[in-house]
Amino acid sequence: MTTVTVDKATPTRKVKYGSMSRDRTWALRWSYFFLVIFAIFSLTPPIYMLITSLKSSAEISAATNPWWVFHPTLENYVGLLTSNQFLRFFWNSAIVSIFVVTITMLISVPAAFALARMRFWGSAVLATGVFLTYLIPETLLFIPLFKMFAVIGDWTGIQLINRWYVLLILYPTLTVPFCTWIMIGYFASIPKELDEAAIIDGASWIQTLTRIFIPVAFPGIIAATIFAFTVSWAQFLYPLVFTTSTDQLVMPVGIITSLIKGDVFNWGQIMTGALLGAAPPLIIYAFLMDYYIAGLTAGATKG
Amino acid sequence: MADVTLRKVVKRYDEVEAVRGIDLDIADHEFVVLVGPSGCGKSTTLRMIAGLEDISDGDIMIGGDIVNDVPPKDRDIAMVFQNYALYPHMTVAENMSFGLRLKRYPKAEIKSRIDEAARMLDIVELVDRKPKQLSGGQRQRVAMGRAIVRNPKVFLFDEPLSNLDAKLRVQMRIEIKKVHQKVRTTTVYVTHDQVEAMTLADRVVVMNHGRIEQIGTPNELYHKPATKFVASFIGSPAMNFIPCRLEDLAGKLHIRLTDRIAFPLPPARAARYQGIPRTDKLLLGLRPEHITEARPHLASGMEAFDTVLDVTEPMGMETLIYFTLEGSQVCGRVNPNAGAQDGAPLRLAVDLNNMHLLNEVTGVVL
Repeated sequence: MTTVTVDKATPTRKVKYGSMSRDRTWALRWSYFFLVIFAIFSLTPPIYMLITSLKSSAEISAATNPWWVFHPTLENYVGLLTSNQFLRFFWNSAIVSIFVVTITMLISVPAAFALARMRFWGSAVLATGVFLTYLIPETLLFIPLFKMFAVIGDWTGIQLINRWYVLLILYPTLTVPFCTWIMIGYFASIPKELDEAAIIDGASWIQTLTRIFIPVAFPGIIAATIFAFTVSWAQFLYPLVFTTSTDQLVMPVGIITSLIKGDVFNWGQIMTGALLGAAPPLIIYAFLMDYYIAGLTAGATKG
Repeated sequence: MADVTLRKVVKRYDEVEAVRGIDLDIADHEFVVLVGPSGCGKSTTLRMIAGLEDISDGDIMIGGDIVNDVPPKDRDIAMVFQNYALYPHMTVAENMSFGLRLKRYPKAEIKSRIDEAARMLDIVELVDRKPKQLSGGQRQRVAMGRAIVRNPKVFLFDEPLSNLDAKLRVQMRIEIKKVHQKVRTTTVYVTHDQVEAMTLADRVVVMNHGRIEQIGTPNELYHKPATKFVASFIGSPAMNFIPCRLEDLAGKLHIRLTDRIAFPLPPARAARYQGIPRTDKLLLGLRPEHITEARPHLASGMEAFDTVLDVTEPMGMETLIYFTLEGSQVCGRVNPNAGAQDGAPLRLAVDLNNMHLLNEVTGVVL
C-alpha cells in the first residue's frame, strides 16, 4: 500500500530506485567478469589434465593440437587402476588421511574448548602460541625432524623413518594448530551464557563439550575436518623426505617417483593419477558443502 | 525451597571492588529484586549466588548451608539469562529436560514435569520446536520452563526481560508474577528497570557502586527513601530536588526556596526538622504528583505559589508541567483541565505533607 502512494506522489523516486538498481547491475557485471577470469585460471589446468589423460603416449608426443583428443583412449586409467602399486599409494593415502583427521579432531576440539572456555594460567598465551606454531613452515622443520626420528630410532630401536605411520606423527603438527585455531574461533562465538546455563543445569566440562559445544559448533568441526583432510591428502614434502620404499609411499609422492623414470615422463599416467588423486577431496567437499556453508554463516544471525 | 543469606559478600577484580560488602537476608518464598544502574554490582551479586563467580570475601548461604565453595550444579539453583541461553540444537522439550536428563531422572517423571511446566507457561504446542523457530517472548518462556522443571531451591533471573520490546515486557512481567504465585520458589531477580522492580518484588534491594543503598517493600522505597539516590532512582518522572534552607519566620519554621518563596512547614514536619541547623544546605524533595494546580481551598500542608511554565507534556489522564525554580528544573503533574500551557503562568500548590528534606552534601534523607 505504501509503495503505491509513493509511486503516485513522487514519480522521481522511481528514477532514484532505478539508478540504485543500475549500480547493482554494474556491480554484478564486474563480479561476473572477475569470476570468469578466476574460473578460467583455475579450471584450465584440470581440463588440460583431463585431455592429456585421455591420450596415448604417442599422441601426447605428436605435434598435434594439444587441446584436442583425436584418438581418445582409457588405457591410462586402465593401466593405473589395475596396477597394484598405484592402488597401494591410494590406499596408503586414504589410511593416513583418515587417521590424521581422527587424531587431529581428537586433539584440537578438546584443546580449543579448553583454550576458549576454561580460564587457566597462561591460556591466552598458549592460544597465541598454537597459532604461531602453524606459521613455521615445514621446509624449516623437516631436517630437524628427520634427525629427531633417526635419533629416536637409534635409542629405542623403534623404526619410524621410511614407515607410512611416521606421517601420523608428522601431519598433525600441521593440522592440529590450525584446526585448534579454527575451533577456538568457533567456540568463542558461542555465547558465554550457553555454557553457564549448562553448568547450572549440572553438566560437567566434558558434558558441556560433548552435548552443547560440539553439536552447536558442528559446522566449524566440518570446516576443520575438510581442512585437515585436504592438508594430509595433498602433503608432499614430508612423505617425500620420510618415506622411500614404494610400499610405504602416499599418492602425491608415489606418482612422481614411480611414473617419472629418469628423464622419461609418463605424462598420460601422471595426469590420470593426479586427476584420480583429486577425486576424494572433491567428493568430500561436495558432501559436506552444505554444512560447510552453514558453518561460514553461523555467526551471522543471533540466537 | 530455601532462604538465601549474604554476609559481607565482597567481589574484587584485581584492583576494582565490584561488590563491597553486602548483607542480605532473603526469606523462603520471597521475591527479591536487585535494582540499580549498570555497574552497580547487581549482576555480579546474582552470579555469586549462582556460583558463576567466586566470592572474594564473605559468606553466601542457601537453605542455611554455606555454599561459598559449592559448584553451581550442587547449589540446586536455576537461572534465567537475559539472552535466554537456550541450547540451539535441542527442541524446547530437550532444552527443558537437559538438567533432568543429566541427573538421570526417570523418563516418565521428566515428561510429566515438562508437561506441567509447558501448561503453566502456555507453550504446550511449542515443545517440539527448535529455539530459532520461536519469538523472543516464547524463548523467554522456554528459559523459564527450563528453570521450573528443575524444581530448584532458588530461581535466579538476570535481566530476563531486557531483550523484549516494551509491550511484551509488560506482559511477561505479569507472567513471571503469576508463575511465582504458583510455584512460590525463592526468587532473586536482577533488573535496571525500576518499574519492573516495583511491580514484581516483595522487597526491592537498591544497589549503587557495589553497595546496598536501601532494602524495602516497593511502597517503603517510594514513600520513605533513605538516600537521594534511592529517591531519584525510584519513581518516574523522578523526584524533584530544589535547593533550600530552613528559616524561622514569625515564630514558625519555614522552608525557603527562593527570595520570594518560603513555605511554613506543617506542624508534624516542623517538629521533625526543628533540630537542623538553619545554615545547612538542604534539598527539598518533592515527587511530581505533589506539585499540582492550586485549588481555591487548600488542604492543610498545601502551599500555593505562582510560576511560569516552560514546557507542558499532555499525557491524557494528566499533564506533566516543567518550570524552573532557582535554576533547577521542576516537574509537576496537573489536571489536564487546569489550563497549563507552554510559556503560560499558572498558580501551583505543593503538598508539604509528602515532602522529603535531604542534606545536600551527604544525600541522606532527614
